[in-house]
Amino acid sequence: MPVITYRDALNQALREEMQRDDRVFIMGEEVGVYQGAYKVSKGLLQEFGEMRVVDTPITELGFAGVGVGAAMVGLRPIIEFMTWNFALLALDQVVNSAAKMLYMSGGQYNIPIVFRGPNGAALQLSAQHSQAWESWLAHIPGLKVVAPGTPYDAKGLLKSAVRDENPVIVLEGEMLYNTKGEVPTEEYLIPLGKAALKHEGDHCSIITHGKMILVALQAAEQLAKDGIRVDVLDLLSIRPMDVEAIATTVRKTNRAVVLEEGWEVAGIGAQVVDYIQRECFDDLDAPVIRVHQMDVPMPYAKNLERAAKPDLPKTIAAVKKVMYLEQ
Amino acid sequence: MPKKKSDSSVKTAPPPSGARLTEDTPAPSRKDMLREMLLIRRFEERCAEAYALGKIGGFCHLYIGQEAVGVGAISALRDDDYVIASYRDHGQALARGVPPRAIMAELFGRADGCSKGKGGSMHLFDRNVNFLGGHGIVGGHIPLATGVAFAIKYRGGDQVCLCFFGEAAVNGGAFHEALNMAALWKLPVVYLIENNRYGMGTALERASAINDIAERACSYDMPNEVVDGQDVFAVRDAVRRAAHRARAEHTPTLVEVRTYRFMGHSMSDAVSGTYRTKEELEEHMKRDPITVLRSDMEQHGEWSDQDMAALDDEIKGIVEDAWNFADASPEPALESLTEDVYANGEF
Ligand SMILES: Cc1ncc(C[n+]2csc(CCOP(=O)(O)OP(=O)(O)O)c2C)c(N)n1
Ligand SMILES: [Mg+2]
Repeated sequence: MPVITYRDALNQALREEMQRDDRVFIMGEEVGVYQGAYKVSKGLLQEFGEMRVVDTPITELGFAGVGVGAAMVGLRPIIEFMTWNFALLALDQVVNSAAKMLYMSGGQYNIPIVFRGPNGAALQLSAQHSQAWESWLAHIPGLKVVAPGTPYDAKGLLKSAVRDENPVIVLEGEMLYNTKGEVPTEEYLIPLGKAALKHEGDHCSIITHGKMILVALQAAEQLAKDGIRVDVLDLLSIRPMDVEAIATTVRKTNRAVVLEEGWEVAGIGAQVVDYIQRECFDDLDAPVIRVHQMDVPMPYAKNLERAAKPDLPKTIAAVKKVMYLEQ
Repeated sequence: MPKKKSDSSVKTAPPPSGARLTEDTPAPSRKDMLREMLLIRRFEERCAEAYALGKIGGFCHLYIGQEAVGVGAISALRDDDYVIASYRDHGQALARGVPPRAIMAELFGRADGCSKGKGGSMHLFDRNVNFLGGHGIVGGHIPLATGVAFAIKYRGGDQVCLCFFGEAAVNGGAFHEALNMAALWKLPVVYLIENNRYGMGTALERASAINDIAERACSYDMPNEVVDGQDVFAVRDAVRRAAHRARAEHTPTLVEVRTYRFMGHSMSDAVSGTYRTKEELEEHMKRDPITVLRSDMEQHGEWSDQDMAALDDEIKGIVEDAWNFADASPEPALESLTEDVYANGEF
């Protein structure tokens, strides 16, 4: 199986979907002539032309709305945000227009649109450029939210997102674009709303999504050296969330650590813990522990940034704690 | 530095040039126009009554005083064009041909409403007549109109998207972002400002650094025009010119229509009081768009009091029928609560 980067996997997904359906177009800042701020749309302008690969002014609110309007009358836009930090300006269109249109029109206007771009922290970009938005977006009925952490998942989920009849948020990771993984040459789709068990063990479950899956898998390997066997569940979709998969792993291991990039309060982990207490109350041998970003804006200094972010040592410590192996 | 006004800006309305424009739709008669305006007037009056009775809830913004804007503008469109509006949308919906019954049922929150009772006064939608909704966030739907026009161009069509919004929306970012892109990409869209002088209680002069707001278009080198909003044919002609420009030249236009709302901002706002005087209101009410047209027809011997009485009876009958229909329509089934959150019945 070919090994390609996360960036190329996304690029393949875009190209394949644009080839297959001429209603699909991509719009955003620097997607065309510049070939994408992170080169995800490389080569698309050359292949599909200016009408389908549209460079916009720096106007997130505006072009997100343009996408929704185009979707109302039959196109299938892919709106690229240079990063989700800037998409905050477009949130009105994502929430008030895209997510609610079908409902408030009594089922007349669905919005088949993809909003995508890098989410979460990179390195030393500090407060305004390092934040994970999934809990904001997953809060909204009418949206679907996915967060692929590997090239395989990125391609399969993005293709499904483009084909979905609803607004789908695809949260990528700046730090992921260069990561590599196996991606089959033949076509495949990954269904929205299904989690994937990426590592098997029976002592504890680590439940996570997005780029934290890489941390969770490293933790699983290291813990294995100490004889601790963990299940690693990659949610892949945050909305709808695969509650069945969460319940299955927790019923098996009786212990869980929920790992995420975002902040603690009203975070995705809080929702996961709620599902666990509802579905698995009698199965738990210990309170669930959450690992997340510290409750502060992202600092710039290397040491502070490291201290703020969820990482491998914090994840391992959490697993040991939930197993009562460490304080 | 302010940008030099471009030559392409049409600052004042050119003389009506109907002959040069192809008729997209057969020209409506003066009686047709009067009829449509009267339908909106009587419909809105009954809405006020229904609101007082608690049959209509939530925010409800009436169109009384502005009838000539929606009727005149929409009369210039073809059936396959698109219309999108703000929350003050009853008038445009009626003018576009959304059935009065379906609108009233929507306002009453009933299953037969045009949005199945899920949208209410601010969110009337009707796919059958390309009515793309009333939208509740000031300025939020202006980029949507740009997107609809983008889709028209993408598909190589010759339709037009007509977008209604209030004068207060021009102060927000969405307006500017949307107009810039439409001008940059040459999209077939007509942006229509319903300048009724107030955004809730804030007079135009207290919110906008310039009072001739059509001039905002100059920043985007976009043709623009100011038109008397109490004259239904003047509005029609302006929108015909703009629609023609959009179809033939793929050029957007900003039309500022000067009008006035005779009621409060919404049903919870007094008609006059804190922010405008009774005298001001009465002054403006002298140019009631229905009276303006009616008097003109009378002067030309085309219309009599008897004609008016007959028309009024007919219209009142239509509105009464809409009311009765809405009243008899069932509440939405409880199962519909979770329908249409996602497409294809997913939940
Ligand atoms: C973004 C936003 N801010 C505030 C409001 C509350 N609001 C509703 S209508 C309105 C006034 C808008 O006036 P204008 O655009 O002139 O339209 P009009 O009501 O006069 O038709 C305000 C402030 C809103 N709906 N959306
Ligand atoms: Mg106003």
